[in-house]
Amino acid sequence: MRRNGARHLLSMADLDRDDIEQILNLTGSFAEVGERSIPKVPALRGKTIAWLFYEDSTRTRLSFETAAKRLSADTMNFSVSSSSVNKGESLRDTIETIAAMGIDGVVVRHRAAGAPQQVADWTDAAVINAGDGWHQHPTQGLLDLYTATSHLGDLDGKHIAIVGDIKHSRVARSNAIGFATMGARVTLAGPPTLLPPSLDGWPVEVTHDLDAVIDELDICYLLRMQLERQKQAVVPTLREYHHECGLTSARADRLGAEALIMHPGPMNRGVEIAGEVADRPNAVITEQVANGVSVRMAVLFLLLGAGLQPVDESAVGGGLAVA
Amino acid sequence: MGSIAITNGTLVDGGGTRRADLLIQNGIIAEVGERLEGDTVIDADGLVVTPGFVDLQVHFREPGGEEAETIQTGSRGAALGGFTAVVVMPNTTPTIDSAAAVRQIHDLSIDALCEVMPSAAITVDRDGEALTPMAELVRSGVRMFTDDGVGVQDARVMRTALEYASGLSHLADGFEIVLAQHCEVNALAAGGAMHEGDWSSRLGMPGQPAEAEELMIARDIALARLTGGRVHFQHVSTARGVDLIRAAKTEGLKVTGEATPHHLSLDHSAVASFDSVFKVNPPLRTPADVAAIKAGLLDGTLDAIATDHAPHTRQDKERPFLDAPPGMLGVETAFAIANTELDADIEKLVELLSINPARIAGIDDRHGGPIEAGRPANLALLDLDEEWTITGAALASRSSNTPFEGRSVRGKIRHTIWNGDLVVTSGEATR
Repeated sequence: MRRNGARHLLSMADLDRDDIEQILNLTGSFAEVGERSIPKVPALRGKTIAWLFYEDSTRTRLSFETAAKRLSADTMNFSVSSSSVNKGESLRDTIETIAAMGIDGVVVRHRAAGAPQQVADWTDAAVINAGDGWHQHPTQGLLDLYTATSHLGDLDGKHIAIVGDIKHSRVARSNAIGFATMGARVTLAGPPTLLPPSLDGWPVEVTHDLDAVIDELDICYLLRMQLERQKQAVVPTLREYHHECGLTSARADRLGAEALIMHPGPMNRGVEIAGEVADRPNAVITEQVANGVSVRMAVLFLLLGAGLQPVDESAVGGGLAVA
Repeated sequence: MGSIAITNGTLVDGGGTRRADLLIQNGIIAEVGERLEGDTVIDADGLVVTPGFVDLQVHFREPGGEEAETIQTGSRGAALGGFTAVVVMPNTTPTIDSAAAVRQIHDLSIDALCEVMPSAAITVDRDGEALTPMAELVRSGVRMFTDDGVGVQDARVMRTALEYASGLSHLADGFEIVLAQHCEVNALAAGGAMHEGDWSSRLGMPGQPAEAEELMIARDIALARLTGGRVHFQHVSTARGVDLIRAAKTEGLKVTGEATPHHLSLDHSAVASFDSVFKVNPPLRTPADVAAIKAGLLDGTLDAIATDHAPHTRQDKERPFLDAPPGMLGVETAFAIANTELDADIEKLVELLSINPARIAGIDDRHGGPIEAGRPANLALLDLDEEWTITGAALASRSSNTPFEGRSVRGKIRHTIWNGDLVVTSGEATR
C-alpha cells in the first residue's frame, strides 16, 4: 500500500496475503460498529477526505461516504463534470487545487486506467482508487473477499469462477488477483471476445464453457454485462449471452448448496443472472453492499487513522468508543 | 563569414573512413586535405566528422501548436542533435496541403538552425479523401507526401495517390516522389492507447494490435507493386512489419522504412508507470519487436532512424494516459540513443542518420555527404564516447516530454555546421 513514502490503495496487486488478512480482520471490527444503535466512532475526527469522482457512481460513492461519516471524518466533494476532462484541465492541476485546501485523503474514480496512480504521484495525501477504467477496483475486491470468507472461511483451495465481461472489468482484475492471493483457484469464464487479449502471468484458468466448471464451484461471481457490448458486436445478442454465459436457473440448480452467488452490481436481471436466481438464499449480493461500508471504513482507517503502524484488533477496539 | 578549418578529425561519410582536415568557406567545403588553416580553427582530434544528420519525421508544431514547439526551438534541438535537415510533418494547423502553406513554413523557417523541408499531406486536411494539389506542391519544393499521424485508410485513395505521384518526377529533377505512410488500420487500432498484449491486458488499457500496422504495410506493399510507386514506411514498430518490408525489398519494390530511437530502445512495459510520456503512436511494443527493429536497422531492411519528434505541453501530458496525446521528443537524443543501444559502428550510424534519409527525402545534393570539396558544408562533429544523462528540462525543446529522462547515454554532438555556419559549437547552440 506504499508508494513514494505515502500510503495509498491503488491496486489489489499492492497487497500481500498479510495485508489482506489485516484489512479483513479490521473490517470485522467495523462491521460490529455498524450494528450499534449509534454506528459512529471518532476514529478519523479532524481528517478531511475529498471525493474526486470523474465517472458517475452511486453505490461506491455512497458506500465511501457512509464509511467516512461513521468514522467522523470531514468530507468534501470536488464536483467533476465529465466535461472538465474534455475541456483539457490537467489532472495534476485538479489534484493540486484540491490538495491546496488541505486534505488527508482523496478517493478517486476515473474512466481512465492509471489516473489514481498519477494522482498519487502528485500529492502527499493518501489516495484510494475507487475504480479506474478497466484496471482496478481494490475496495470492491476487498469487500468481495470479506463476504466470501465470512461464509466460507479460509479460501485456500476454494474454486471461484468470475463470469462474463472480464476484458472491460476492473472488478475482474481486482478479484482475480485478490482471490488468488488468498489461495483460491480462480477460473475466468466467458466468450473469447470478452476476455483480455493476453492472460500471460495471470494466476487463473480460463474456460469458455461455464457448464464445465459450474458443479464444482464454491463461488459463482457474475460480472455486469454492459448492454452496449451488443451494439459493439462483441456478443451476438444478449439473449444468446444469457443462454451461454449467464447464471440461468438450471445452472444455479447445479451449484452446491453452500456455493455463493456474487455480483458487484448493478445487476441486469435476465442477462448475466436469471431474475429469480438473484433472490436465492445463497445469493449474497446485498450482503456485499453492506460489507462495502465496513471494508471501506477499514481501508480509510488504516490509511488515514492509525499512522504507519499495523493496527491490531485490540487497539482498534480501544479506539472505537461510541461518539 | 570567415573560413573555418576543422583539423585532425576522422571523416566518416560512407566513402571510407579517413583522417583529414577540412576548410569551409562561403558555405561550402572548399578543401579536404592536410594542415589546413582558417579564420576559425576547430580541433577535431578525437572527434568524428560526419555529414549532418537528416530527420525524416519531425513535428515542430508551427503553425498552430506554438506552446509545445516552434520551428526555431525545434530546429535548435535538431542542430544540437547533429541534424542539418529535417522533414516537418504536415499535421499543423492549418494542414500543409497547399502551396501557400508550404510558403508559410519557409517563411517561419527564416531563423531556423537547420534546413526545414516541408512535407505535404496526401489528402486535403489529412482526411483520407480528396488528393492535395500534388503537382503544385512538388513545384513549391515538396518531395515527400504523408498524412502522418493517420494512415490513408482507403486503398483506392492510396492507389490513386501513388499512381499520380509517380508521374511527377519531371517537376522534381527526376526525383521519384515518395509517399510516406503512418501504417495503422483504424478499424483495429482506434481507441487503443498502447500496444495490445500482456501489459495492456494487465493494466486494463485498450490496445492497438500489431496487426493494425502489419495489415497496412502489407497493403501498401501490394499497392507499390500495383502502381510502381514509391512508398516509405514511417516509424515501423513491429517484427512482422520488418519481415514484410524485407520481403518487398528482396522482390525489388521501391519501398523504404524508418524506425524511431524509442522503438529500438523501449518496450510496452514502460506503460506500467501510467506516465503518459510513454504514450506514443505507434505504441511501444514487445521486447521481441524491439529486437526485430534493431535487426532490421542493422541488416538494411530499415533504411533510416527518424525521430518522430513530437513535443507536447506539460498540461497535455499530465492528462490521464488514456486521454493524453501521443508523442515523444527525439531530435536532441536520437544519436546518443542509437549509439548506445544499437550494436552498430559509426559508419552504419551515419548511413542510418544521414546518407540514407537524405536520399529518401530527395536532398542528397546537399545533405548526407560525401565530405568532399565543392559540397555544401553540412556537417556534424561527434564525440562517440562522451557520457551524459538525459534530462527533459535541459533540452532545447519548448516541451520536455522525453521518455529517456535520467537515462545515461554515450555519444554527444560537439559541433554542427549548417551551410558553413557554426550553429552548434562545443555543445551549445550559437543562436
